[in-house]
Formats: sequence, structure tokens, C-alpha cells
Amino acid sequence: MSSPEKWTHPGPDSPPATAAKPTAEQVIAGLRATDEGGADLVQLLTPEGERVQHPDFDIDITAEELRGLYRDMVLVRRVDREANALQRKGQLGIWVPLLGQEAAQIGAGRAMRPDDMAFPSYREHGIAWCRGIKPTDLLGIFRGTDNGTWDPVKHRFHPYTIVIGNQVLNAAGYAMGQKFDGKVGDDDGEATMVFFGDGATSQGDVHEGFVWAAVYDAPLVFFCQNNQWAISEPTERQSRLPLYQRARGYGFPGIRVDGNDVLATLAVTKWALDECRHGNGPILIEAFTYRMDAHTTSDDPSRYRLSDELELWKLKDPIERVKVHLVKQQWADQEFFDSVEAEAEQIAVELRDYCVNLPDPPAERIFSEVYAEGNPVLEAQRDEFLAYHAGFAGGEH
Amino acid sequence: MAAPTMDRPTSAAPAAVQTMTIAKGINNGLRAAMEADPKVIIMGEDVGKLGGVFRITDGLQKDFGEQRVLDTPLAESGIIGTAVGLAIRGYRPVCEIQFEGFIFPGFDQIVSQVAKLHFRTQGRLKLPMVIRVPFGGGIGAVEHHSESPESYFAHTAGLKVVSCSNPADAYWMIQQAIASDDPILFFEPKRRYYEKGEVDTTAAPGPLFASRVLRTGTDATLVAYGPMVRTALDAASAAEEEGRSLEVIDLRTLSPLDLAPVYESVRRTGRLVVVSEAPSESSITSEIAAKVQQECFYSLQAPVLRVTGFDTPYPPSKLEEEFLPDLDRVLHAVDRSLAW
Ligand SMILES: Cc1ncc(C[n+]2csc(CCOP(=O)(O)OP(=O)(O)O)c2C)c(N)n1
Repeated sequence: MSSPEKWTHPGPDSPPATAAKPTAEQVIAGLRATDEGGADLVQLLTPEGERVQHPDFDIDITAEELRGLYRDMVLVRRVDREANALQRKGQLGIWVPLLGQEAAQIGAGRAMRPDDMAFPSYREHGIAWCRGIKPTDLLGIFRGTDNGTWDPVKHRFHPYTIVIGNQVLNAAGYAMGQKFDGKVGDDDGEATMVFFGDGATSQGDVHEGFVWAAVYDAPLVFFCQNNQWAISEPTERQSRLPLYQRARGYGFPGIRVDGNDVLATLAVTKWALDECRHGNGPILIEAFTYRMDAHTTSDDPSRYRLSDELELWKLKDPIERVKVHLVKQQWADQEFFDSVEAEAEQIAVELRDYCVNLPDPPAERIFSEVYAEGNPVLEAQRDEFLAYHAGFAGGEH
Repeated sequence: MAAPTMDRPTSAAPAAVQTMTIAKGINNGLRAAMEADPKVIIMGEDVGKLGGVFRITDGLQKDFGEQRVLDTPLAESGIIGTAVGLAIRGYRPVCEIQFEGFIFPGFDQIVSQVAKLHFRTQGRLKLPMVIRVPFGGGIGAVEHHSESPESYFAHTAGLKVVSCSNPADAYWMIQQAIASDDPILFFEPKRRYYEKGEVDTTAAPGPLFASRVLRTGTDATLVAYGPMVRTALDAASAAEEEGRSLEVIDLRTLSPLDLAPVYESVRRTGRLVVVSEAPSESSITSEIAAKVQQECFYSLQAPVLRVTGFDTPYPPSKLEEEFLPDLDRVLHAVDRSLAW
């Protein structure tokens, strides 16, 4: 069971500095869940590219490491933009953009170790990148040729989960298994991280995942990307409390990080994973960020949100602030930025080529791998189907 | 094959044959599976100290510890959803759903994740998990404690669904289900839990996904599964007194359906009555009727008849005897079939 001393980390669990009593109106109206995190928001790099200190979550970062994070973000953004364009050209049925969430994902993804396990939702292209999955492997789902071709065991990256919240319970179970296997308790321990959105926090499965992880002390980091919107519904339609504060009710720490700040996200996530691998999980991280594009390519955000809002968040762009910082520190020169651009362009070309040449799967795919041990009823159906098909192909059968 | 020997005295039986209830058969089967494989874990509400509300897991936590028999929080989606993660991690979870009427909070995880992960990952993820579900009526319970929801699951590709009807099958089928790499819904006839029979714990069991002829006959075929198998056997005994010879087939596997023995039987008898407590519309009994008329069209002397629960919610228990197929309703259907 979680003991109170596990909560003593000053970052997440000290009482809010300004514990002013809310007015009656505030209580009745509910607290605006989307309000800027204020004092509670962990930030290490301001939108202006200034490095700031945080008493609990400061990290040492070398120039090379920061250049690496920058590169990750630029490449992932390029993949995202290219896939978005491929959808517009009719090459993908749909795309789920990550634009604006690069720092949240690269920070979290780079905090993970190879032995850790990740359970994504459907927008985690940046996490996939960090788990060593080729961007081309993401396309089949959206082109309709497969349901994801990566090996979830090898990459320790679960298949994308479309049903909102389901993966949170699956992750809780997996993390319980890590604990049962004795892989928790020291520096070499394993941890699991599960990704979901602000809308997902309303789902029963997410609540149940909090309960399970808490009562079994599972090494699970709940990584909520609060991108402010669940399709057209703002976060305050999901909660009257800032989301990270919910963790307290389940008996584990919750913390809000500037999700557009890759350094802060990396620092907080590393800390959380470390707590988990040492047996002090679970932990909820709310990455406070913004979805800068549509929910999916089928969505029209102009129907529900003001462009002012987007303009405001553009000023907090996760990539620009790192670039500014790199320049200010003289940690990167034009040659570096050009080389990253060139690499991004190369990846985009590969993505395009791969996508347009992706063949349709053979029809037998409908019937394959439905069961691990087969099913005679299904096999008879397949045989009948194949014979029927063959009847059209010049009577081959 | 002869009818199961529910009432035969045990004295003449060889040493490996023991008399036990269906409940004990499952309990012993679970124990054997847990002994054979340390990755088998049991999870559910009240399955630990209490041994489950039907005592099916009695004594297992005491012997295998709290990490292998988990008293879980009270949330069915949580039970199923975390079992998925544990299965991916290499465990073989056996989830107990306390009563069938409470499986629906877990339905989403079952049909969205459990059933599909193997297909979605092209076989890279296996879900070797069992979901045990006590089902059916006849115990005078309040609502949500007497239903027969098996068709929802049989309808879902990626799941396998079985139901046992006697202690020997209970003992073996639960072990076979646990050993299977596919996710299996294991429906237990709760009103028969305490009926006794002989179990030979050494004889190799037949295959899990196979129906079985329990009693041979020549005038008509009765097909049933789970709690209705006893009813069908009783009907066949009663019919015999009237000079009618009924063949009785225990379906045992509901998905995949093993209908070859049913076709074979119907080709001989020309008549089929399918018995189930579940409402009839869009159900396992509809599926059987459709397939048998397709495969045995020229052998049928009468249309396939069904004796089922009604297409209503399960009624208050004072009416359940009206709702549930009983011996008389089965015999009435046999009469109609023979009169065709
Ligand atoms: C159970 C379920 N209900 C509805 C949907 C349709 N849907 C897809 S995404 C989405 C919004 C999710 O918002 P959020 O959890 O905030 O994640 P985000 O997409 O913003 O990352 C909805 C309603 C779904 N996929 N699953």
C-alpha cells in the first residue's frame, strides 16, 4: 500500500502555496481546469528560451543532449506534417496530428529506458520514435493496410489503442506483472508508462487504472497529455479540478509539467519513472500542452475554438524555444540546424515513397491470426472465401 | 458414449476416480493448473479469503498466496483490463466474474482488447486468459444473477466460448482453457454447481473444442449445453419410458461450434430440438438451427425446433420456472417434432 511518506516529494504533493479559501461562487462554478498551472507548473525553459531553475526538478543537460532532443522534435514534427499532407493527397485515410505536442512526447519518450514498457493512445508518434519504431511503420494503420506493424514485444511499445482509456488498464496490469516479477525496487528496476488525453480522464477505465495501480503499488507513470481539447470539448468539460490534482485522491503523487518544455518534461518524467522503478509508484504527470492542429484530419477546429488561442500557443512553441536556447548558449550553429533540416527532408521523402508504394494486404489477412490456436469454423469460412475468389481468377482452382 | 454417471456409487471405481461436485471439479482443476504453471494467477472479487461467492476458488489463496490469487478492487473492466496487461507480460490470468449479470462493465475490454489484440498485432501478442462466468437461472436469485449472456461473446471474433455440464468436464475443461493460448470465456452452470459425478483425474481428456454425444438414440436429437444438459438427459430418460429413443449431445464448445456430431446425428434421426436458457433471438440456438438446415436439409423430417428462455429480461424468480426450459417443455417440443 502507498504509505504517506511516499508522498513527501515537495514538488507534487506539498499543499498549494496559495491556499486561499475559494469563494462560494468559485466552488459552485468549479475551478477552471484549464487555467495555466501557475506556481504548480514545472518549467525549466521559458517560451523565450531562458533556462530557469526549479528547486526539485532541475537537471543537468549537455549541449549534445539538448541538440539531440531538438533533433528528435524537428524530425517527429516533419513526420507528422508529411503524414498530414499525405492524408490531404488521399494517400492516408486519416491522420492524427501531434503538432504542438512534440516536447511532451520527446521528453517523456527519452526519459524511458529500453526495458520500460509504453502503452500509447493513437497520437503518440513521438513516443513511437523514441521506442525505435520506424515512422513508416505508423502509416499502415492510417492507410488501412494493417493495424500497426511494429513488434510490441521487441520495442516495448504496445499497439495504438483507439478506444479511449482502455490502454490505461492494460498498462496497469502490465506494471503489476513487472512488480510480481520482482523487477521493481532498485536502480535497475522496470517501469511502465501509459499515455492518454485529458478527455480520457473521464473514462471509467482510467479511474479504474488509478485504483488498480495504487492498491497494487504498480510501477506505472500515468502520462496525461492535456492538450486542452477532446475533439471539440475543452478540459473543463471533463473536470472541475486541474487534472494532476486528482492523483491525491487515489493516494499517489500528481504533478503538472509544462508540456511544451522538453527539458521539464524529461526531468519530471525521469523522476517519475525512477520513483516507479524503485517501488514508489504510481505517479500521475499532467503535461500541460496544446494541440496546434485539428484533432484528426477529419476535424474542423474552427467550429469550436478561436484562432486567438492558437496564436497564443504558437508563442509557446516547443521547438522554437529550444532553438533559441541553443543559439543563445552557442550550443549549435547554422550548420547543425541545416543538417537537421536536411535529415527531416530525407525522412519525409522516405515516408512519401513508402506510403504511396504500400501494397494492399492479401485478402487472406482477413482470416489470419484471429486466434493463436486456430478455429475450424473460421478456417472453413476462409477456405470457402478463397475458393470463391479463385473462381474469378480464370478458374485457377 | 453412455450418459454421465452422476449417481453411480463410487465403491467400484478405480483409485483415480473420485466423486465430486462441479464446483469442486473446477476448484481441483484450478489447483492443478496453478501447480503445473507458476504463471497461472486467479483474480476477481472475493476470490481470496472467501474463496468466491460460490467457493470455487476455496483454499487457493491459502496455498498459493496473495500474489497468485488476487482479491481485486470491485470493478470488472479493471479485472479484465489488467488481466490483458498481465497476459502480455507472460502471466496466464484466470478472471472470475462474480455473476454473469456483472460482466457488462468489462464487456468493452473483452470485445475491444481481449478479442482483438492477437489479430491486430498479427499474432505477436497472445492473450492466454480465461474469464470464468457463473451463468444461468434456477437458483431463485434477484435480478442480474440468472442470465445467459453467452451469445454476445460467441458473436465476437477472437474469443472462444465453452461451457461445462458435469464434474469431469469441469475438472478438465478449466485446465485445458487455461493451457490454451487463446482467450476463453468459461461459462459455468451455477445451478448445477453442487451436482455430483465421477472424475477420473488420470484418464486423458478429450479435446476442449468438441461437442460430445452423451446418450445415443434414434427418434430425435437433443442438443444442449451447460445447465440444460441435465434437463435434456432427464427428458431423454422420461421419453424412454414412453418408448422414444432420444440422442443427447452436449455442445461443450459454443465458439467455435463443433456441429459435426450434430449433423451426423440429425442425418440419422431426422429431427433436432435445441435447448438453451438464453433468449432465442440472434443466439447460439439460432446459429445451430441455421447451420443444421443448411447442412442437413434433405435429412430433416421436421423443422429444427428450439426450446429456450423467452425474448424478455429474466423474470423475477417466482416466475423463473415458467421462463426456463424444463423437462415438459423439451418433451413437448419432441412431440411436435415427431408429429410433423
Ligand atoms: C470510448 C471512446 N469514445 C469515443 C471515441 C471517439 N474519440 C476519439 S478521440 C476522442 C477525444 C479524445 O480526447 P482526449 O482524451 O483529450 O485525447 P486527445 O485526442 O486530445 O489526445 C473521441 C471522443 C473513442 N475513440 N473511444
